[in-house]
Amino acid sequence: MMKEQLMALKEQALEKLTQQSSLHQLNEWKATYLGKKGELTAALRGMKDLSAEERPIVGALVNEVRESLESAFDGQEAELKRAEREKRLREETIDVTLPGRSIPLGSEHPLTRLIREVEEIFLGLGFQVAEGPEVETDYNNFEALNVPRNHPARDMQDTFYITEDMLLRTHTSPVQGRVLRANVEAAKQRGETSPQPVRIIAPGRVYRRDDDDATHSHAFMQIEGLVVDRHIRMSDLKGILTTFAQQMFGHDVAIRMRPSYFPFTEPSTEVDATCYSCGGDGCRVCKQTGWIEILGAGMVHPNVLEMAGYDPEEFTGFAFGMGVERIAMRRYGIEDIRHFYTNDVRLMSQFKSRV
Amino acid sequence: MKISYQWLRDYVEIDDLTPEQLGGLLTDAGVPVEVFTPLNLGVKGVVIGHVLETRPHENADKLRVCTVDAGTGEHLQIVCGAPNVAPGQKVPVAVIGAELPNDFKIKKAKLRGIESQGMLCSAKEIGMDIKLLPKDQTEGLYILPSDAPIGADVTDYLYLNDVVLELELTPNRSDLLNYRGVAYEVAALLGREVKLNEAQRAEASGDSPVSVKIESENCSKYAAQVIQGVKVGQSPLWLQAKLLAVGVRPINNVVDVTNFVMFELGQPLHAFDLSKVVERTIIVRQAQAGEKHVTLDGVERTLDASMLVIADPEKVIGLAGVMGGENSEVDDNTTTIVLESAYFDASTTRKTGKALGLYSEAQKRFEKGMIDQAMVVNAMLRAAELIVELAGGEIVGKPTEVVAKEIEPSVLPLRAERVNRLLGTEIAEAEMIAILKRLGFAVSDQKVDGAHLVTAPTRRPDMAKEADLIEEIARVYGYDQIPVTLPEGPLVQGQLTPIQKLRGTARELLIHMGLTEVVTYSFINIANYEKLGLATAGYENQLKLMHPLSEERNALRTHMLPSLVEVVQYNRNRRVQDLAIFEVGKVFTPAHDQTELPQEHLRAAGVITGSFAPVGVGEKERAVDFFAVKGIVENLLIGLGITGVSYERTELPGMHPGRTARIFQGELTLGYVGGLHPEAEEAAELAPTYYFELDMEKLLAAKHGATTVTASLPKFPSMERDIAVLVDVDVPAGQLLDTIAEAGGELLESARIFDLYQGSQVPAGKKSIAYGLVYRSGERTLTDEEVTLVHEKVLLALKERHSAELRA
Repeated sequence: MMKEQLMALKEQALEKLTQQSSLHQLNEWKATYLGKKGELTAALRGMKDLSAEERPIVGALVNEVRESLESAFDGQEAELKRAEREKRLREETIDVTLPGRSIPLGSEHPLTRLIREVEEIFLGLGFQVAEGPEVETDYNNFEALNVPRNHPARDMQDTFYITEDMLLRTHTSPVQGRVLRANVEAAKQRGETSPQPVRIIAPGRVYRRDDDDATHSHAFMQIEGLVVDRHIRMSDLKGILTTFAQQMFGHDVAIRMRPSYFPFTEPSTEVDATCYSCGGDGCRVCKQTGWIEILGAGMVHPNVLEMAGYDPEEFTGFAFGMGVERIAMRRYGIEDIRHFYTNDVRLMSQFKSRV
Repeated sequence: MKISYQWLRDYVEIDDLTPEQLGGLLTDAGVPVEVFTPLNLGVKGVVIGHVLETRPHENADKLRVCTVDAGTGEHLQIVCGAPNVAPGQKVPVAVIGAELPNDFKIKKAKLRGIESQGMLCSAKEIGMDIKLLPKDQTEGLYILPSDAPIGADVTDYLYLNDVVLELELTPNRSDLLNYRGVAYEVAALLGREVKLNEAQRAEASGDSPVSVKIESENCSKYAAQVIQGVKVGQSPLWLQAKLLAVGVRPINNVVDVTNFVMFELGQPLHAFDLSKVVERTIIVRQAQAGEKHVTLDGVERTLDASMLVIADPEKVIGLAGVMGGENSEVDDNTTTIVLESAYFDASTTRKTGKALGLYSEAQKRFEKGMIDQAMVVNAMLRAAELIVELAGGEIVGKPTEVVAKEIEPSVLPLRAERVNRLLGTEIAEAEMIAILKRLGFAVSDQKVDGAHLVTAPTRRPDMAKEADLIEEIARVYGYDQIPVTLPEGPLVQGQLTPIQKLRGTARELLIHMGLTEVVTYSFINIANYEKLGLATAGYENQLKLMHPLSEERNALRTHMLPSLVEVVQYNRNRRVQDLAIFEVGKVFTPAHDQTELPQEHLRAAGVITGSFAPVGVGEKERAVDFFAVKGIVENLLIGLGITGVSYERTELPGMHPGRTARIFQGELTLGYVGGLHPEAEEAAELAPTYYFELDMEKLLAAKHGATTVTASLPKFPSMERDIAVLVDVDVPAGQLLDTIAEAGGELLESARIFDLYQGSQVPAGKKSIAYGLVYRSGERTLTDEEVTLVHEKVLLALKERHSAELRA
């Protein structure tokens, strides 16, 4: 009798269980059937009326029913929890293709960026970064660089003068004389006979009295380089510039030197690097030559060393100078030099990436 | 410098090189050649024809039907539209199958019903540069000389099968402004001989009919040669062709010869009519101020005392080295000419030309200072011989020659071991000597003090040092042969200076806070200076340029703001309203002593306008305000390790007096931050705009928190107390914060302002400020009593100093 009741209870409970659709309902079901005041407990209480023989049998049966209900409950509970979790995840789902909140990120100006990259390369080659004023004396800008008044080379550079003897430097080369003379002065202070060797680059702004157009600017950036020591050779210039070009433009880049003229170097050279566009095969960018001019250089003219107080018999050196805009224009595909100075943010903001 | 390939062939063997190969050879040796201009633009099969007869075209008024003998064995019938066609003429004939420029092929054709077996051509149609031809040769058919051979190829006849190379010369290579110099260069590069007669030419005997006086130090040599019985006329075709090839207009046989010799040997020459020279006396002197002179181009010039002139005892007859005078010009009636060959001072010639706006081929050569003094007389004699050959007449008397200053050829030492040490090469001494000899240098056999003595040719006055010789050797030896090495000796670590590091860090920080870096010109726009209220605010003391490109930008900036405002204006005109930009740039302050260089100060400055805040989809933009910009400045200073910074309201030109703060650390003013003055914003058409400017040198001088602290976590718990106080509205909240910090003493770890209220909940004229205070000890856990004791002190100090009442 009791047995039938228990089986009916189990059947009923299991059927009800499948109808419970929330955790709350599920807990109510648990109270109804398995709770202290639940039906199974009530059934247990009825056991006291049973005979001693029946009691263990029914007892076992009750336990069996309880276990089966509990296990069914656990299963249902897990199922409902899973469903609720899924529902929640569904509700929390967002459109991940919407943009992130725009935390402002600035950009580095292409010119200062290029200068920074060049500085990093030369710091690694043991160069210091030297600087000089933009307003210079005529002496530092020209005469100390072997360009006396009426020298034909002054035709090459129309100059902004402030007074007869004061001007806006037309190149970063006056830093050469400044660094050399400072070293000579320092050696004197220390009571030494010979000044220290020099290994510097000098980035900075220079000026030419040119009307601005797509390829000319009255102000632009240059990076000067100067190495002076006791055994500096033109082959060393080639080595340093090859290293620089490969770090700057790529490891398969070669350089080529062509004779040229600068009043403050002798011998002088223009330096080309393998064309970045065609890799040297010849294309429109390099006018079919496979080469792109990157800088001017040469062995420091003995007059320059001598005027600064370095004995040209004891010391030799090389110098080079590159135009930052020209390299930046090619590197970043900027077609008009004026873009660097008008700072159209629609262009500048394209330089957010730092790699 | 234009060099005709065919003309150069006269002086050096180059038949085995194409013009392009020749150009490549020169380019590699430091004389870039990028432009090659063929004179024949695609003319093929055009021959010289003889017009035998012409008759009207029955169907067209403007056309004529010509019978032409073009040497083809039969008479050709050719329809021609040129108005100047006439029987007896020799003209270029494009026969059937001939080609003209632009791929124009001549076919048999019918013109208005009449068959035409070719085309009679104008100068333009056969691709000639008609700018340099006389007008009568460019209108209609190109009429050739009557002795032109019938049937000959017209491009051969007119010397058009040539290519002109454009040499880009550096200022030191003005020796290549003539064929002689180029021939030496090419010969040296190819290891060949120069085919040029440079021997001193024979002089005529007898006294010179002309006397010369040099009365100025700006002429070191002057020579004159008289030729009489000259018949001025047209030059032969070969001479005209040579001049046309290098872009010079043929004038007459006398002038053309002077130009020819100038191109051949580099010596500018001038011819004038001796009958127009008073007393047959030539005086080289400085002009008198205000003296008037009509040059060959018919323009009256007013001279000044810096100019060198050629004169007779009564008048100026030419501007030395620049242009001849109309009053002594060689014309069709001239029979006796004087040839002038001289060495005029380079800078005098240049300045005169510049002052008068003149620029001649002669001037171009004089002003480089590269005239070969040894060639002055010889070049003149070469020209005299040619003139006699082409224009008849005879050379009269010896040349007159006055030398004011003889220029000696330079003799330079050459140490072979120095060459290799400087270049890093191992060139044999014999090879060095061979290279120099090929370039026309003389090298001593004996050594003096271990050095050969090298005499430079007089056409190379640029040779002044041993280093110049080394470059010549390196150039011809080939820069590509120089090995690749790295400097020897100890290497010092490359390192940035403190200010360079500071600048780099400041740039990085500002970029990461959302500011876009700009680079602006350092010339100021005066208009913007005025609009921004800076023109009379101590910033008017600027360095002015002597010759600015425009009056608007005539001085160096003393202030960064106008430059950055220009960037804002530029972008605003392109509809970009939201901007956050900065520049680390220089400003210039004149020294008290105007002969000293100005001070150049490095400034970090930024402008923010429009909206500047994180914005997401569907969220509202927020306009920039003072505190957004101040936040940037605060972060920048923290990032640079500069702490203990205070802000104090200040008034500055161009800035909003109520919204601008001076930034300082102790006694040191680091810069300022604030809004622009509303009037400045209005004048410069700006939306509300905020600005900061920091002095980089001051930032470097400021006290910096240790850059590497031993970071540790606090060992003991903190205790937090918030307070809200009522003060008068004009009391700066920051001052209270200073008081809190001071009164809080050691136990106060930090204090911050977290709320500000002004309105109906507080009495009129008052504001409520809420501060959050954090107390902590590094040695023990603080007790409530301890903190209360200090906190009371803080409240008392606030009350005493600022009349601050604690809010309930």
